[in-house]
Amino acid sequence: MTAFDLRAESVRALNQHLHDSPMGELVVTNPGGKHCVACGIDADVDVLIDGHVGYYCAGMNKHAQVTITGNAGPGVAENIMSGQVRIKGNASQYAGASGHGGTLIIEGDASARCGISMKGVDIVVAGGVGHLSAFMAQKGRLVVCGDAGDHLGDSLYEACIYIRGKVGALGADCIEKEMTAEHVAGLNALLASTAVDANAAEFRRYGSARKLYNFNIDHADDY
Amino acid sequence: MCGIVGIYLKNEALNPDLGALLAAMLIEMSDRGPDSAGIALYRDPVPESSCKLTLHADGDYDWDGLQKEMAAHLAADVKLDVHASHAVIIAAADVAFVQDWLRAEHPELRVMSAGSAIEIFKEKGLPREFVSQFKLHELNGSHALGHTRMATESAVTTEHSHPFSTGMDLCLVHNGSLSNHNRLRRQLRDEGVDIRTDNDSEVAAGYLMWRLREGDSLEAALERALQDLDGFYTFAIGTKDGFAVLRDPIACKPAVMAETDDWVAMSSEFRAIAQLPGVGNATIWEPAPATVYTWGH
Amino acid sequence: MTTDDKNLRPSATFPKAVLDEIHRAADEGIYEIRGFGAKRSLPTFDDLVFLGASMSRYPLEGYREKCATNVTLGTRFAKKPIELKIPITIAGMSFGALGANAKESLGRAATEMGTSTTTGDGGMTEEERQSSKILVYQVLPSRYGLNPDDIRRADALEVVVGQGAKPGGGGMLLGHKITERVAGMRDLPEDIDQRSACRHPDWTGPDDLEIKIQELREITDWQIPIYIKVGATRVSYDVALAVKSGADVIVVDGMQGGTAATQDVFIEHVGIPTLPAVRMAVEALQELGMHRKVQLIVSGGIRSGADAAKALAMGADAVSLGSAAMVALGCNRDAYVEDYEALGTAPGYCHHCHTGYCPVGVATQDPELEERLKPAQGARWLRNYLSTMVLEIQTLARACGKTHVLNLEPEDLTALTLEAAAMAKVPLAGTDWIPGKNE
Repeated sequence: MTAFDLRAESVRALNQHLHDSPMGELVVTNPGGKHCVACGIDADVDVLIDGHVGYYCAGMNKHAQVTITGNAGPGVAENIMSGQVRIKGNASQYAGASGHGGTLIIEGDASARCGISMKGVDIVVAGGVGHLSAFMAQKGRLVVCGDAGDHLGDSLYEACIYIRGKVGALGADCIEKEMTAEHVAGLNALLASTAVDANAAEFRRYGSARKLYNFNIDHADDY
Repeated sequence: MCGIVGIYLKNEALNPDLGALLAAMLIEMSDRGPDSAGIALYRDPVPESSCKLTLHADGDYDWDGLQKEMAAHLAADVKLDVHASHAVIIAAADVAFVQDWLRAEHPELRVMSAGSAIEIFKEKGLPREFVSQFKLHELNGSHALGHTRMATESAVTTEHSHPFSTGMDLCLVHNGSLSNHNRLRRQLRDEGVDIRTDNDSEVAAGYLMWRLREGDSLEAALERALQDLDGFYTFAIGTKDGFAVLRDPIACKPAVMAETDDWVAMSSEFRAIAQLPGVGNATIWEPAPATVYTWGH
Repeated sequence: MTTDDKNLRPSATFPKAVLDEIHRAADEGIYEIRGFGAKRSLPTFDDLVFLGASMSRYPLEGYREKCATNVTLGTRFAKKPIELKIPITIAGMSFGALGANAKESLGRAATEMGTSTTTGDGGMTEEERQSSKILVYQVLPSRYGLNPDDIRRADALEVVVGQGAKPGGGGMLLGHKITERVAGMRDLPEDIDQRSACRHPDWTGPDDLEIKIQELREITDWQIPIYIKVGATRVSYDVALAVKSGADVIVVDGMQGGTAATQDVFIEHVGIPTLPAVRMAVEALQELGMHRKVQLIVSGGIRSGADAAKALAMGADAVSLGSAAMVALGCNRDAYVEDYEALGTAPGYCHHCHTGYCPVGVATQDPELEERLKPAQGARWLRNYLSTMVLEIQTLARACGKTHVLNLEPEDLTALTLEAAAMAKVPLAGTDWIPGKNE
């Protein structure tokens, strides 16, 4: 197992190592809120980051399993392609922005714009999410065990949103939809695979009303 | 665009360390704000019969001469401490009287702040230079705000740097960019608010001062600001007893808060807070949009 | 005043075009969406002329006496800067807006000429990566198709803050062009009208952009140059902020810049012309001591070697072509006239890229229409056009006595109009006068 102490070594050195010769497991200590930690990984490697990170941790992750024991700054796992990123603390805004695949798990709360522009990632939040979450979300699933802030799913495309707690005002073109047995089964499988303890039957489903798909003057207020 | 930091000490035993704690936070924000730096310190409050002002002068200034002249003309006790290009003046006189005298007799001096506890220092250049110029590590206090500037639409000068003083013991630092500040500036000038630069943040400060002058509480003034100001902003406002934080309703500009038994801190990025003592046990959260937060004694 | 023997009297405030537009708006209830760039008359490089050599200056002989055209982009931070043989690049245009044949034509011609092409709002296609030797990969607010594998095989990245046709606006692609392939690349349902964000999803403001650029550098191990592209509005501030955010190269796109689809009101009424934008950008770089250290690419209605040479003389390091490249590929060519008519237009007037029915097969996803543009033919047309531009630039540069086209300077220029003199800060011909400068 390799260890990197970010008080002694640079983020650049860490990332270069992760791009060149990552093997097995790696532990990163004293991240001290630094930015761009463990971004651009393209390997099946386990990375444990012990502490709080700044912006864009695990950005554009492919294949790797990244765990952050503390909090993450803005844009954690942005554009994630595959693999898994787990945050034990809270995530700042834009968590999982434009993510294409893989899974992002937030054991605490996520802030505003969680899952903005998502394109296929699965995001599971044990706590709550802030306003404008799943803004322009195109594909993938956003699962929130806690409450969601205002304007949820504003300008939504085909992404699927599951909320257990309260929802503030819904965003443009986002409506509540039926939870079928199939949805419940799929959600339970996701919750189990991410080790988030919740029962899918207690969630509600939200999706696009699809009224903004082709411009119609009668929906102009929603633009 | 910029970095803002703030620290409020709950545990008085840490007051001698305020400057050192603030210095570390400020330097972490250098990347976000390489153009200039500024701080507002709240320290050593003066008695009710006195007032404290921070003055700034260009180039070499005869501060000694000023101190003697002031003492003579005001017929009062005047203490003067030089801090790099600034001087902190404590006069046993009425603050309006002192300000009028300065305006009339010494228009070449800029009044950076006025009140009973506040001191504002700001200069062009990197935070690291600022910290050493002003010997920040030696300064004490109960609470402070700091700002590192990346100028967006107005010039890089001392005058354009933050914090901007909004009134007695009040100041504001801003991360973001207002989009309707030009019309507001004209309206505020019509209301008699003295706005000296084309900087958008100064308009925000002037707006608050106007509302407070009209009788709003700080909270009410900030609530009203949410309606009247267009743009993206995280504001930190310093008051005699503490500070306030406000984010606009869209809240794209960052803001992190942290609290322990000893202090409350805020910053644009967590890494500025990461070096504070006891941060390992801190509660860390983000202020919600369009919500006024205040801390005070 | 009357126009003909029927004694018809037009209104200058409400001419026919304005009346038609109001009627159209009343019928449809939506703003007009179209392609191409600003069509109204604007100050352009036409209003500047070169002061060729005569008695006080010596010209260079054509062909024999060297006039070099190469440019290096990205010297500030990148380990692998980009070497171009000519100071002309192909601007970002999306696969989706253009068809695959058009993208391939652009790539092949650019490769032959030793220059770069740029991806657009749809992401990187195999055709373009294979055919284009130097490929700049855009990072846009929409992030359609953005992925680290394509980032790692790009030669440069371009963070798009805005473009000249619509500074402050996002991408747009209408349903007819969202085919199966386009939809797949963009993760959108087929046949819908694409709504795009105008801001990036994970950063706002130059202070956060600085950190985003750091991330892109980390992912690419600091190898490749990072460009920042802005539509020309507050150019002085934007260029300074782009430098402070850490850009290697800045692209400034004037209001004449084209688009395949956006609101007409955006195209015609937002942004400043390319002419003053160039000067403002160069001045901002000079003030920071960064001229030639952070390279400047200028675009927005560049049409000829004359335009390019004038932009270089004003201090740009290179120019970029969008609309002109499409025209070289056949846009508005006098052919398939019935198909233009079916769209309600004619060759020379067409701006109907947004419909997807491009009569010459450039801005379309329709396989039948695409057949009309064979990549080999398109590549030859564009290569010829670029060669012509380069020869024109060299002709002008040699006439001014320059051994390298980047040695052209503002003092080689003079202005024919007051506006051009004020905007370019170049004296009015026959005088020493620059309005606003030496009053």
